[in-house]
Amino acid sequence: MSLSVKHLLGIKELQTQDIEQIFQTADNFKQVLQRQIKKVPALRDTTVVNLFFENSTRTRISFELAEKRLSADTVNFSASGSSVSKGETLIDTVNNILAMKVDMIVMRHSASGAPWFLAQHVDASIINAGDGTNEHPTQALLDAYSIREKLGDLKGKRVTIIGDIMHSRVALSNIFCLNKLGAEVTVSGPPTLIPKYIEDLGVRVEYDVKKALQWCEVANVLRIQLERQHKPLFSTLREYSLYYGINKQMLDSLQKEILIMHPGPINRGVELNSDVADSANSIILDQVENGVAIRMAVIYLLSGKTALGE
Amino acid sequence: MKTLLDHKQLDITLQRLAHQLVENHLNFQDTAIIGIQPRGIWLSSRIAELVRKITGQKNIDYGMLDITFYRDDVHQGDIHVPSLTDINFSIENRNVVLIDDVLHTGRTIRSAMDALIDFGRPKKVELMVLIDRRFSRELPIQPDYAGRIVDTIITQKVKVYWAEKDQKDEVVLID
Repeated sequence: MSLSVKHLLGIKELQTQDIEQIFQTADNFKQVLQRQIKKVPALRDTTVVNLFFENSTRTRISFELAEKRLSADTVNFSASGSSVSKGETLIDTVNNILAMKVDMIVMRHSASGAPWFLAQHVDASIINAGDGTNEHPTQALLDAYSIREKLGDLKGKRVTIIGDIMHSRVALSNIFCLNKLGAEVTVSGPPTLIPKYIEDLGVRVEYDVKKALQWCEVANVLRIQLERQHKPLFSTLREYSLYYGINKQMLDSLQKEILIMHPGPINRGVELNSDVADSANSIILDQVENGVAIRMAVIYLLSGKTALGE
Repeated sequence: MKTLLDHKQLDITLQRLAHQLVENHLNFQDTAIIGIQPRGIWLSSRIAELVRKITGQKNIDYGMLDITFYRDDVHQGDIHVPSLTDINFSIENRNVVLIDDVLHTGRTIRSAMDALIDFGRPKKVELMVLIDRRFSRELPIQPDYAGRIVDTIITQKVKVYWAEKDQKDEVVLID
C-alpha cells in the first residue's frame, strides 16, 4: 500500500483513495501528537529541505514540526538572504541542495506551477506548500480532515468558501478535495473576486453571502490577499467587510449552527470578525493542530518512494 | 502444511500461559498486558480474558501497541499500514507483559520496546509469544513465556488463525 503519486503537487492529481489513506495515517499521527513523547523514529534516514520562496509562518512551522516529529533531518531555506537574490535559477538552487543528499523537498513558490516544473527536472519527492494562485494541497487536506473530524464522512456535506476565490490557492485545492470526497461546494464573494466559469469545476456560485451561509454546514472564510491584487477589485476594505465580512450578528440570524474555518492569517475585522473567529463555532485552531498530523502523514507516505529510488 | 496446534491444543496452551502469568504476577495491580498490533492482539485479548477469569479481577489494564513507525525497515519494500495504538493507562514503574503471536527474528519486539518506552519507563518488561521460532533470531531477544517452541527454516512460515478473525483456531507450519 502506497500513494498513487510520487509527489504531492496538487489535489487534482490525487485519487480519492489516496486522500482516504492520508486521513487514516493522520489519525495515527494525531494520536502520537497527544502523547508526552510526540515523536516517532520512522524517518531517521530521511532529509527534507523546506524551500520557501514566499513568506509563511503557519505552513513552514507546521511542516518543520511534522518533519521533526517523524525524526527526519530538516534544512530550511528562505529566498531572502540566499543566492536567489544573486540571480540563481530555481533548478540550479534545487540541484545544488540535492547534491548535498536531500531526499524530499517541501516548496512554496509565488509562481503557479513551479512544483510541477521542478518535478520534471529533479529526482526527489516534492510536496507543494503553495504555488502562486494555483494549489495548496496540504491545506485542503487538513481542512477536509478537520471537517471530517467534526461532522463525519464528507459525502453530501455542504461547504461554502467565501472571499477572494480568484487569487486563492486554498480555494482551488479545497474545491478539488471536497469534490473528490463527495461534498457539495458553493463559492461566495464579490463578483470581481470570483473567476468566470468556476461552475465548470462543479461548484455553485452565490453572490449573496447570507444565502450562502444559510445553505451550508461549514463556511471556509478566506483571507483577502491584497498582495496578489495588482488592480483594485473592490473599493475599500471597509466596504468589503460591510458586505462580505462574517460577524456574530449574521451567524445568529441563521437559526442554525455552522462551522467556521479560516486558513490564516486572519485579517480581523475584514473577512472575519473577532466575535466569530474566537467563538465556539470556529475550528480555526483545530485546523492548525490537524495540519501537523496531516503533513506527517503526507511526508511519511511519500518517503517510501524516495528511499526506493523509484 | 503441518498443524502445530489444533483448536483443543491451543486452548490448553492458552490456559497454561495465563496460569504462568498469574503465577508470576500475583498482584495484577502492578501489571499491564499489551498486545502488539496487528496479529498479537488476538492472543493478548484471550490471555487478558483468561487472567480476569483466573484472578477474579475485572479491571486489568489491557492495551494495544502499534509499532509501524518504529520499524527498522520502514523504507524497505512497501510502506506499512499503521493500526490503532490504545494504551489509556500509565506504564510508569509498572510491569508490562508484551504479547505477540509469533517470535521470529526479534525485530518486531525490538521496535515494540522502543515504542513502549515512549509511553514511560516500565519497571519490568516481559515477553509472551504463542510460537517461538528458535534459531531464527537476528537480535538477542528471548521470550519469558512461550506456548510452543518450534525449529523452522527461514523459507517456512508459521501462520496462526484466530476464530475472532479467521473463523478457526489453528496454528500451522507452511513449507
